[in-house]
Amino acid sequence: MFGMNADWSLEVFERYFTIGDYAGGEARWCPGCGDHGVLTAIHKLLRDEQVPPETTVAVSGIGCSSRLPHYMGTYGFHGLHGRALPIACGIKSRRPELDVWVATGDGDCFSIGTAHWIHAIRYNMDMTVLAFDNSVYGLTKAQTSPTSPLGFKTNTHPTGAILPPLNPLTTTLGITNVSFVAQVVDWSPPLLYEVIKAAHRHKGTGFVRIIQRCPVFSDSVSKALQNSPERVLLLQHEKGIPIDASAKRQFPNSITHDPSDLAAARAVAEDTSRIPVGLLYQNTDALCYETLSSRGTEFTVKKRLAGINAALDRFTI
Amino acid sequence: MEASQEVERAVQSELIHEHIVEIVSDSGEGAQKAGQTFGAVCARMGNGVWTVEIIPAEIKPPARSPAGASGIRIRLGSKYITNMGDEADLVVAFNEQVLYSRIANGAYKAGTILLIENKWRDDPVPEIQAQYKRALAEFKENGLIVHELALEEACREITSNPRVGKNMFVLGMLCHIYTRDVELARNEIATIFKRKSKEVVEQNYRLLQAGYDFASDNLDFRYEIPPQQVREGKRFIVTNGNTALGLGVMASGMELVAMYPITPATSASHYLADVFHEVGGFVHQAEDEIAAIGFAIGSSFAGKTACTITSGPGLALKTEMLALAVMAEIPLVLAVVQRGGPSTGLPTKVEQGDLLASIFGEPGDAPKVVVAPATIEECLHFVVMSRRLAETFRTPVVLLTDANLATGQQPYPRPEPSSEWLAPPIDQTDWDPQIPPYNWDPQTGLSPRPVPGMVDGHYVLTGLAHTNESKVAYDSKSNQLGCDMRSRKLAALANTLKAPTVYGDPEGDLLVVGWGSTLGAIQEAVDRTRAQGYKVSSLHLRFISPLEPGLKEIFSRFRKVMTVEINYSDDLSAPLITRENRRYSQLAWILRASTLVDVDCWSVVLGAPLQPGMIHKVLLERLSSKED
Ligand SMILES: Cc1ncc(C[n+]2csc(CCOP(=O)(O)OP(=O)(O)O)c2C)c(N)n1
Ligand code: SF4
Ligand SMILES: [Mg+2]
Repeated sequence: MFGMNADWSLEVFERYFTIGDYAGGEARWCPGCGDHGVLTAIHKLLRDEQVPPETTVAVSGIGCSSRLPHYMGTYGFHGLHGRALPIACGIKSRRPELDVWVATGDGDCFSIGTAHWIHAIRYNMDMTVLAFDNSVYGLTKAQTSPTSPLGFKTNTHPTGAILPPLNPLTTTLGITNVSFVAQVVDWSPPLLYEVIKAAHRHKGTGFVRIIQRCPVFSDSVSKALQNSPERVLLLQHEKGIPIDASAKRQFPNSITHDPSDLAAARAVAEDTSRIPVGLLYQNTDALCYETLSSRGTEFTVKKRLAGINAALDRFTI
Repeated sequence: MEASQEVERAVQSELIHEHIVEIVSDSGEGAQKAGQTFGAVCARMGNGVWTVEIIPAEIKPPARSPAGASGIRIRLGSKYITNMGDEADLVVAFNEQVLYSRIANGAYKAGTILLIENKWRDDPVPEIQAQYKRALAEFKENGLIVHELALEEACREITSNPRVGKNMFVLGMLCHIYTRDVELARNEIATIFKRKSKEVVEQNYRLLQAGYDFASDNLDFRYEIPPQQVREGKRFIVTNGNTALGLGVMASGMELVAMYPITPATSASHYLADVFHEVGGFVHQAEDEIAAIGFAIGSSFAGKTACTITSGPGLALKTEMLALAVMAEIPLVLAVVQRGGPSTGLPTKVEQGDLLASIFGEPGDAPKVVVAPATIEECLHFVVMSRRLAETFRTPVVLLTDANLATGQQPYPRPEPSSEWLAPPIDQTDWDPQIPPYNWDPQTGLSPRPVPGMVDGHYVLTGLAHTNESKVAYDSKSNQLGCDMRSRKLAALANTLKAPTVYGDPEGDLLVVGWGSTLGAIQEAVDRTRAQGYKVSSLHLRFISPLEPGLKEIFSRFRKVMTVEINYSDDLSAPLITRENRRYSQLAWILRASTLVDVDCWSVVLGAPLQPGMIHKVLLERLSSKED
C-alpha cells in the first residue's frame, strides 16, 4: 500500500514505546519525595532511548527508594535489604543483553549492602546503579544512616548522629576497576536526566549518588543544601555531562573537571565543603565482568553434551 | 627384576574377599595421592573400592604429631563396597606419631599389619629415637604385626628427595602386596604427571617398580582379591562425591555456579573451575555466601537456573535468600556438603546436622524440596534431578551431601547424558498478557514462569506477600493463598513419589531408617545382624521434604523403628534425660512428627563416618533390650 514496505512499516510503528510502556503502578512515595523525580527521569530516558521494556529489568533492595521497580512497566526484582547488587549481577551474568537498573538507598547500599557495593563496582557489569541518598532510613522511620550528618537527630540517635558521615564518593572512587561515578541532586530535573542518561549509556557500572529529598524524615538536610545553592559545585568538561542554562542559574559555582582524571576526581570528592554535581570519573575501557561470566552462553546442545562426555571419559575405568 | 620374580614365585598369595588399607603420614607426603591411585588401579581391575581421606586436624600441624595425621583409607573387595568398613587390615605409616590419632579413632585391631618407616630408630635426636621405640613397643603390645622398613633409604637410590617420592614407592609396594597389575599403575602415573616433564614421569615409574621389588624382597605375605563384580559390559567411572556434584551440574545443563569457598564443599567448585568452560559454564566466586546465592537467584530469575554450593556456615548466611527464592518461587539448586556444626564446628569432618536447618531454617513458612543422595553416584544424578524439580515446581531444591560422600571415591556406572538432561533453552516467546505471573493451579500450586525478554511477561518479583499478579498484598486472603499455594507444591511432588523399598524382610522386630551417606554402613550392619538370625531391616530416604509416602504403614510392620544418623541426640541413659525431654536426632524428629510412631534413634557426632561394626553393636543392643 502506498508503495511502502510492510515489514518496514511494522517495525517502525509497532515497536515505538511511550512513557506509558515504562510506567507501572502508581508511585506511593510521599508528596515532595525526591524519588518521584528520579522515576520520571528514568521513564523519560527509556522512552527517549527506546529500550524495549521486555529486556529491561529494574532491581532493588528494600527501602522507600527500593519500591521503584513496582512503578516500572518492565521486569522488576524487588529483592532483599542490601542485596540488590548481587541479584542484578546474577541477572546480567548469563543474560548480558538485558538492560539492568539498580535502585538502592543509603542504608541499603552503604550499610547492609556494603560488601556488595564494593564488589559490584569491581565487577563493573554494564548496569545503571542509582543510590538514593536521603541521609536517613526512610522506610523504617528515621534511623541514622551511614550518610546522616554529624549531630542529625534520629530515632536511634535522639541527641544526634555520633559519627561523621561516610563519604560514598571517595569510597566508590577508591575501588579498583571503578568506571563511572557521578553525583546529582534530585531537585534539578534537567541535570538529573542528563546524569542518569550518561550513566545508562556508559558501558560498565554507571554509579550515581542521588542526593534525595525526604521531606518527612530528613527535610533539614536537603533544605540546608537547597537554601545554599552556592555549596553545589557544577563539574564542567567537554568529556563530562552537559549542563544546561537552568542548572547554571540554579547553581552559581562551577569548576572544570576532567572526568578521565581519577586523582582529580578523588580530590573533588574529598572536599566535603562542596557538593560536586556532574561526572566525577569515567573510564570507558574498564573490564566488564559479564564478558567473562557470559562465555559459553552460545554453546549448542551438541557442544554441551560433547563437553560433559569428555569430562566423564576422564574418569572412565 | 629377575630376583624379584623368583621371590614372587616363592611367596604364595592368600585368597581373600576384602581388605582395608591405610596410608598415614604427615601432611604433604603424598599419602592421599598414592592411596587414590591405588584405589583407581583396584577399580580398574574390577574390584569394589571405597576410599576415605584422613584429614589433619590442623592446617599446618607440626611434623610427627598426632594432630597432623594425614592420609587415606582404601577398602577394597571382591564385591561392591559401600563404606569405609571397620578396623584396617594393613597400614603403611611414615612415622609412628601420626598413628596415635588413628588408634584413638579405633582404626586398628590386633592383627593389623603395620609397615612403618624405620629411619626414626636412628634419628640424631635422642628424644625422637625414644618416642619411636616406645611407640613400637606399645603397638606390638596391642597386637599390631609390625614390619619396620627402610622406605626412605630405598627411595634414596632413585631420588634425592625421598620425602616427595616415597608415595609412589608405597604404591608399588601395595601393587605387589595385592597382586595388582603394575601396568595399570604406570598408566595412572602417566595421567597424574601429564603436565610434568618426561623425566618426572620416568622417575615415578622407577619409584613404583622399586617399591614393587622392595615388597617382593622384604615381605613374606601377599594377597589376592579377585573381582566378582558384574559390570555387564557397562562402562564405569571413579570419582569422589564432590566431583560427582560437579559432573552433575554439567550434565544438568546448568550454566552457572556461584560460590564462596568453604570446606568441605569447595573442591566441587575447584573441579568445575577446571572444566566448566568446556560445556560453556562459569564459576562465580562471590564476595560472600549471601552474594553467591543472590547471584545464582538473579541468574535463575533471568531464566538460567543456577546452582550454589556451600556447607553449614554458608547455609546459615544463605537463609534469607533461600526464603526469598521460596517466597517468589525462583528455581535454584543449593548443594550443601555437610560438615560438623554448630558454628565453625568441625570444618573437615562429616556430620548430618543440617537437615532440620535445611527444612525449617528460615523464619516464616518456607516449604522447599530437600533431597539427600546416599551414594557418590547419586550425587551426580541428584543434581540433574534437582534442576528439573526446581524448574517444574518453581522452587529452591536443597541437596544435602556430606564430607564423607564429598571425599570418598567409588566406581559407579558411567552416566550416559542425553539432551533431555540439559536445561531447555530459555523460552522467549511472547507471554499471554491474560496470564498472571503466578497462575497457580489450585490443585497443585504449580504455575508457568515468565522470563525477562518475553514480551508482555513483565512482572515485579517481590519477597513481600503478593497476589498471583505479583502485586504486593498485605491482606489476609492473599497471604493465606500464597502460603497455601507454595505448600501445595510439596504435596503435588509427594504425590509423584513412590514408597521407599525396605532392605531386608518387609516386617520384623526392628526397622532402621537412615538418609544420606550412611546407606552402605547401615546395610552392612543389617546384613551382619540378619546373618545372626535377627529380624532387622532398613530403609533409606532420599526425599525428606516432602517425605516419601507410605512410611506409617511400613513402620507398622515392625515392632520397633529407629533412625541411625550422624548428628546429635540425647542418650536416654545420660543424666537428666527422660523420654519426655530427650532431644532426638534430626530425621527422628521429622519421622515422629509425621507418622506419630514412637521412632527411636541412635546418633553420634564423632566427626567420622559411621562404621558397620558400630551400628551392628547398636542393633544387637536394641534388639535385646527388654524395654519397649
Ligand atoms: C535484613 C533486614 N534488616 C532490616 C530490614 C529493615 N529495613 C528495611 S528498609 C531499611 C532501611 C532503609 O533505608 P534506606 O536504604 O536508606 O532506604 P530509604 O527508605 O531511605 O529509601 C531497613 C533497616 C530489612 N528489611 N531487612
Ligand atoms: S519517607 Fe521520605 S524517602 Fe520515604 S517516601 Fe516518604 S519522603 Fe520519600
Ligand atoms: Mg535512605
